[in-house]
Amino acid sequence: MSATLDRPERAGDPQAPFRTADGGRVDRSRTLTFTFGGRSLTGHPGDTLASALLSHGVHQVATSVKLGRPRGIGAAWAEDPTSLVQVEEPFPEPMLLASTIELYDGLVADGLPGQGRLADLPDSARYDARHLHVDLLVVGAGPAGLSAALVAARAGARVALVDEQAEAGGALLGGTDTIDGRPGTAWVEAAVAELAALPDVMHLQRTTVFGVYDDGFALAVERRTDHLGGAAPQHLSRQRVWRVRARRTVVATGAHERPVVFTDNDRPGTMLAGSARTYLHRYGVLAGERAVVFTTNDSAYQVAVELADAGVDVTVVETRERAPVAWSAACGARGLPVRTGSVVTGTEGVERVTAALVAPRGGGAPEALPCDLLLVSGGWNPAVHLYSQARGRLRFDAVLGAFLPAEQLPDLDVVGSAAGTLDLEGCLFTGRETGRAAVAALGLPEVPRTPQADPTVDPPPPASDPDLLWVVPAVDGDASRQFVDVQRDATVADVQRAVGAGLRSPEHVKRYTTIGTAHDQGKTSGVVMSGILGELIGAGPQDVGTTTFRPPYTPVAFATLAGRDRGAMFDPERTTALHDWHLAHGAVWEDVGQWKRPRHYPAPGEDMEAAVLRECAAVRSGVGILDGSTLGKIDVQGPDAGVLLDRLYTNLMSSLKVGRVRYGVMCGVDGMVLDDGVVLRLAEDRWMVMTTTGGAAKVLDWMEEWLQTEWPDLRVHLASVTEQWAAFPVVGPRSRDVVGAVFPGVDVSAEAFEFMTWQDTQLEGVPVRLARISFSGELAWEVHVSSWHAEEVWHRLVAAGQEHGITPYGTETMHVLRAEKGYPIIGQDTDGTVTPQDLGMDWVVSKKKADFVGKRSFARADNQRPDRKHLVGLLPTDGETVLPEGSQVVDVPLGEDLPAPPVPMLGHVTSSYRSAFLGRPFALAMLQGGRERVGEVVQLPVGGRLVAAEVTGPVLVDPEGARRDG
Amino acid sequence: MQLIECPWCGPREEVEFSYGGQAHVPYPESPAELDDEQWAHYVFFRDNTRGTLAERWNHGAGCRRWFNAMRDTVSYRFSAVYRTAEPMPASVPLTGAGSSSASATTSTTTSTTTTGR
Ligand SMILES: [Zn+2]
Repeated sequence: MSATLDRPERAGDPQAPFRTADGGRVDRSRTLTFTFGGRSLTGHPGDTLASALLSHGVHQVATSVKLGRPRGIGAAWAEDPTSLVQVEEPFPEPMLLASTIELYDGLVADGLPGQGRLADLPDSARYDARHLHVDLLVVGAGPAGLSAALVAARAGARVALVDEQAEAGGALLGGTDTIDGRPGTAWVEAAVAELAALPDVMHLQRTTVFGVYDDGFALAVERRTDHLGGAAPQHLSRQRVWRVRARRTVVATGAHERPVVFTDNDRPGTMLAGSARTYLHRYGVLAGERAVVFTTNDSAYQVAVELADAGVDVTVVETRERAPVAWSAACGARGLPVRTGSVVTGTEGVERVTAALVAPRGGGAPEALPCDLLLVSGGWNPAVHLYSQARGRLRFDAVLGAFLPAEQLPDLDVVGSAAGTLDLEGCLFTGRETGRAAVAALGLPEVPRTPQADPTVDPPPPASDPDLLWVVPAVDGDASRQFVDVQRDATVADVQRAVGAGLRSPEHVKRYTTIGTAHDQGKTSGVVMSGILGELIGAGPQDVGTTTFRPPYTPVAFATLAGRDRGAMFDPERTTALHDWHLAHGAVWEDVGQWKRPRHYPAPGEDMEAAVLRECAAVRSGVGILDGSTLGKIDVQGPDAGVLLDRLYTNLMSSLKVGRVRYGVMCGVDGMVLDDGVVLRLAEDRWMVMTTTGGAAKVLDWMEEWLQTEWPDLRVHLASVTEQWAAFPVVGPRSRDVVGAVFPGVDVSAEAFEFMTWQDTQLEGVPVRLARISFSGELAWEVHVSSWHAEEVWHRLVAAGQEHGITPYGTETMHVLRAEKGYPIIGQDTDGTVTPQDLGMDWVVSKKKADFVGKRSFARADNQRPDRKHLVGLLPTDGETVLPEGSQVVDVPLGEDLPAPPVPMLGHVTSSYRSAFLGRPFALAMLQGGRERVGEVVQLPVGGRLVAAEVTGPVLVDPEGARRDG
Repeated sequence: MQLIECPWCGPREEVEFSYGGQAHVPYPESPAELDDEQWAHYVFFRDNTRGTLAERWNHGAGCRRWFNAMRDTVSYRFSAVYRTAEPMPASVPLTGAGSSSASATTSTTTSTTTTGR
């Protein structure tokens, strides 16, 4: 690199010797300072990092991922396979292309050997998303896209024009074309101004449509402040995802130049030919001083001629036997040598190409042509990515040597270079026509043709057919330095190996060789790989095809996709009316679905085990209070409500009297338990169905589904009232005193307020419902009150409980208390393969009802098997071990060690706790034939040893139910 | 992301909907009279159609209503949506990608699992 820096200074910029004296779209009045690889360098607004580096003669950006070979800048935009950098300042970001980073003051970046490094500090930038609904989405603001957008917008269509570069213009930005006798960029400016003045046009630059999906849906990422670097305002989102829904889409995404593969084709200074033209005209930078232009087609001649005019010493190496007639005069006038029938067989140089080895195509000794820039053009690949994502089929065009759209999609057009129309006149014309057709398809008034108003351009020079050359055979036969995917260090030799291994499909070869799997997703290497593969297996490109084009078109950061859906915004957090109280009383939270529930309330110095033992003991010996507001509550109303409940619950609900409560279980049609809970009959035609916290939405959906799809004749309405009602279980032998004190109008005696009944009362005008329900086996009331008044009622209960030592308890204590009574938690002790009978709950299954959902399945042979798993209790015989939940019960006799696998298994632990009441750990388990094993001792492997446990019935505390009435 | 036409709300994005499996599989009138195999057909067996299938959909994040739809299982294209009470429309020719398999349809959507009727 240093050699090139010693070149004589150019008039334009003494600091940047390869900056032209004038021209380009950079703002030479302002100088930006940046650091690359530790060197402080300068550039101008309008530069990319790559163009600024090139202006200093810096070509090598990094070394390669596997081989450590120097790598440079391969192109001028996103198709560049090589110039990967890591931005360090203002915020670390890996895997960006120097060719697409807009230069800003203070940029600090380093080259990357193919792998990036994520920042280890949180990204403080904002990311967001917006929806956009349009008639027409035009992707690409080059001549074709602008033309289509103009026609449609003038006709009154709602248009989104989206382009990935900093400014509109596409290829016109990097060329010398004129429109209506003026520079093409002047036409672009006028078009952009006209669009801006039209209503209903959304014009987005720096915005990449990276995916096209069904029904006109497209995703785009807008880089809103990246180009501002450290000066980016913090209040603006850095990047934005646009979720576009368009009635029609026009893909005008241009074309990517295609390389030709030859030996040592990866040296810095090797570049796609058209990109050097872009660097010259758009950025005012010469990519070198002595160029060899290796081409198979006409397009590179314009590059060669214009570079020569800019003072570059140019030689053309032309694969075809004859140079194109249209360019012979221009070459001759400049004394520009054209070596026809020749190929580049290799290169010399280490950190930068110093010579191209040129030989006759038919063979012969290569000659070294000294150069510092090797430009390559193997033709053009239309950027059909978005069309292909929309499931458009491709065909191989033998003349163009590229894959083109093969069909008209119902609501997506491809136009301009993306459709293989490579000349400016054609792009403008087809853009207009496509816009016109889109207007018609949208049902808008027809756009009259006014040829005199259409822009005119010089006719393109007559074109001669391009050559089709994928790879120049290695002179020495060694294909291991012939790079197909430069970024992946994947070569022709790798493709040969893949074919040798029997692979024929480009999809397989891609995965075998990794070609096309880098940041660029094979923009320049994919079709070349297909071509080489075809030659190796004797098939044409049409038969070989391409790999599938998948979103994203260019890499999108996860932070961008996440947008604002991160941290607390990732998922709604549901809190009860008592949330602040729990917080103030030191609750440790448990996430239950989206709910925040107190798990326990540790006293100073307590761990969870100690807190839970204390809470459990308090409930069983005195009184505790739980915030059960998260329990699902469904208001079921209508004359046929009882019929619906009878059909969905396993037991009879319609016989329940108003004022009473019944426990019920719901099953699926397969007879497996779906959910459980209590049902309150509020009136003849009104019921309150209580569900588990996690099952609330599922049960409502389940009831709606049957009601709507099977029994629409039933007159029933369902509404979730989970959030409307707070619910506080007041539990324990002293609960009667507490509830009686707070609600003096209620007779809380066992006789007047029976178990499984409810009563309405008031507290200073606030309606309150009390229900004697117990999930612990203790004397208990559930206090239901509107969420608006929940806090006040809770405070009163806690105040009234002070003299009894009322203890708030959390979900963990609730779980222990219910497990001691053998009450299963659906979804913890069950898993969708468990029937009510398996749970020992025959009593909840009606024998009287002719049918209910699940009933017929209970009689299935499989559900009658005696070795089904039953819910049982387990008491570790050492009285010490808390069996981890999920532990397997193994079929190993006592005294024997674990045999070699497979070990026969009998079941598993579903719940396991330390019991304050029992003074020992216990567990619930699903155990094969469990009810017949009660009294047996089984074994469970725990931490490398076998733990013995006695099988018991599931009810370990108060099996006779003596504590229920206090 | 596809648009699905809710017969009550109009076209909405697919994330608002949930799939409810094959349509026109009514709950048998007298399950007790079915043998295990017949019952198993109702509980476990559904058509595995390549082509147009009548399906149940629920507009869960919208009007919360269930409805039926004819959809091509290859192209995912919907050819018809209809309310639950309405009869299944005759096979509708599909347009667009993947429609080639749309012909072998209506017979398969009504053939099974109505043993209880
Ligand atoms: Zn709807």
